[in-house]
Amino acid sequence: MSSLSRLGRALPAVIAIAGLVLGWEAYATLSGISPTALPPPSRVLMQAFEHRAVLWANTLPTLQATLFGFAASLTAAFVFSVLIDFSLTLRRALLPVFIISQTLPMIAIAPLVVLWFGFGLGPKIGLVALVTFFPMLVALLQGYRSTEPELEELLSSMGASRWRVFLTARLPTSLPYFFAGLRVSITYAVVAAIFSEYAGAARGLGIYMLNAKNNFRPDLVLAAVLVSASLTLLLFGLTVLIERRALPWTRLGERR
Amino acid sequence: MTPRLAISGLTRRFGDLAVLDGVTLDVAPGTFVSLLGPSGSGKSTILKLLTGALTPDAGTIAFDGRPLLEAGRPFAFMPQRDALMPWRTIIDNVAVGLEIAGLSRKAARQQVAPFFEPFGLSGFERHFPAQLSGGMRQRAALMRTIVQDKPMLLLDEPFGALDALTRVGMQRWLETMWGRHAWTALLITHDVREAVLLSDRIYVLSARPARIVHQIDIDLPRPRAVGPDVAAIEARLLDHLLTQHRD
Repeated sequence: MSSLSRLGRALPAVIAIAGLVLGWEAYATLSGISPTALPPPSRVLMQAFEHRAVLWANTLPTLQATLFGFAASLTAAFVFSVLIDFSLTLRRALLPVFIISQTLPMIAIAPLVVLWFGFGLGPKIGLVALVTFFPMLVALLQGYRSTEPELEELLSSMGASRWRVFLTARLPTSLPYFFAGLRVSITYAVVAAIFSEYAGAARGLGIYMLNAKNNFRPDLVLAAVLVSASLTLLLFGLTVLIERRALPWTRLGERR
Repeated sequence: MTPRLAISGLTRRFGDLAVLDGVTLDVAPGTFVSLLGPSGSGKSTILKLLTGALTPDAGTIAFDGRPLLEAGRPFAFMPQRDALMPWRTIIDNVAVGLEIAGLSRKAARQQVAPFFEPFGLSGFERHFPAQLSGGMRQRAALMRTIVQDKPMLLLDEPFGALDALTRVGMQRWLETMWGRHAWTALLITHDVREAVLLSDRIYVLSARPARIVHQIDIDLPRPRAVGPDVAAIEARLLDHLLTQHRD
């Protein structure tokens, strides 16, 4: 695809976003609404620039919680997906537990976790992992299951062990599913990190938003939102890039 | 001469469903034998019994005069769909059997590389399966079967998924390859013409529960073209198959 046509495809999105921001700017300046209620986007941007050092200092802990939490969740999801794929007993024992873990409301759990484990990084990693673990696990399990039965039969006829079949067929088959899950979970991860900070933290975008709100500074709340949204988009873009590099065969159809 | 493969009285049930009822057949070394049967006649069950995915209720399978279990995976198997792995290049797909047999990826690649020329796939080693046509993919799948260098090939309706024109091209091509190499093969198919064009001997299976109801030895010269001889054999076989279908 040429860069020009790619630009052409992005144009409607750019126009839509620009329209929204301009409408907001016009409403906030022309309606006479107080900037402490609804600050115009220009003010949010200027405040974000002015407070960039503080915002950056609060972004780092959030990024840290997101990445460590996500790494923990990926590791756990992979290990458990393999265990569940190999053992029906483990599948029956563990899947209900994981499903119940998904029913816990974050809004109730996050403050409790902070109460039990303190303001440090550990509980935040745990909360991010709790939120992102299940989608990753489901994606991997579904990926394994979609392996072509004839391929597995073929490999066993060649003398491959069950583990070898897993490595040669099931794991690579699951990769596109894995990346689909990754794209969804990485957006959950940032939100979960901010929420866990909201429930109690020394530093981080979540606690920054809470403080800004309590000081009647919606412009700073929105500046932090801007940072967190950019962070999410950045991580999302990164997963897309990794996917393209890691799975060159999935895009062959487009090129033809 | 001891047959390469000797199946005798093979019987298998699935619960109340009798699928195989005493199937007996021989495959001599260097011959191409087809097993022709209506859909659902237990052809796949026979293959699964041969590859060890299932065990028989009764009957024996001997390979070169020894029980199959002692023969140590003597078959190279080619499934119905090509079962190429989309994430592996063609050369790595073709080499997968050798890798599983214990070769390093590099050694396996070296061993399969010379086969690309005769299989009409040279230049496509580094392509992914999605970049190949159906016929090319099927040739790659057959190459993956051949390079394992097993004493016998098991082909499960290998051209069933191809369009009619490509299928005929593949059958002709396979016949030419046959003339040169004299592989021993058992082909499972429901395509009468395919069986007649390729086989030295054809066994006809009955509908479930399957028995062998007919056997034809074909010694027409190769390469075979569709002429009166082939048509006569085809008619005979169709007759047997259709009789089966009525009852």
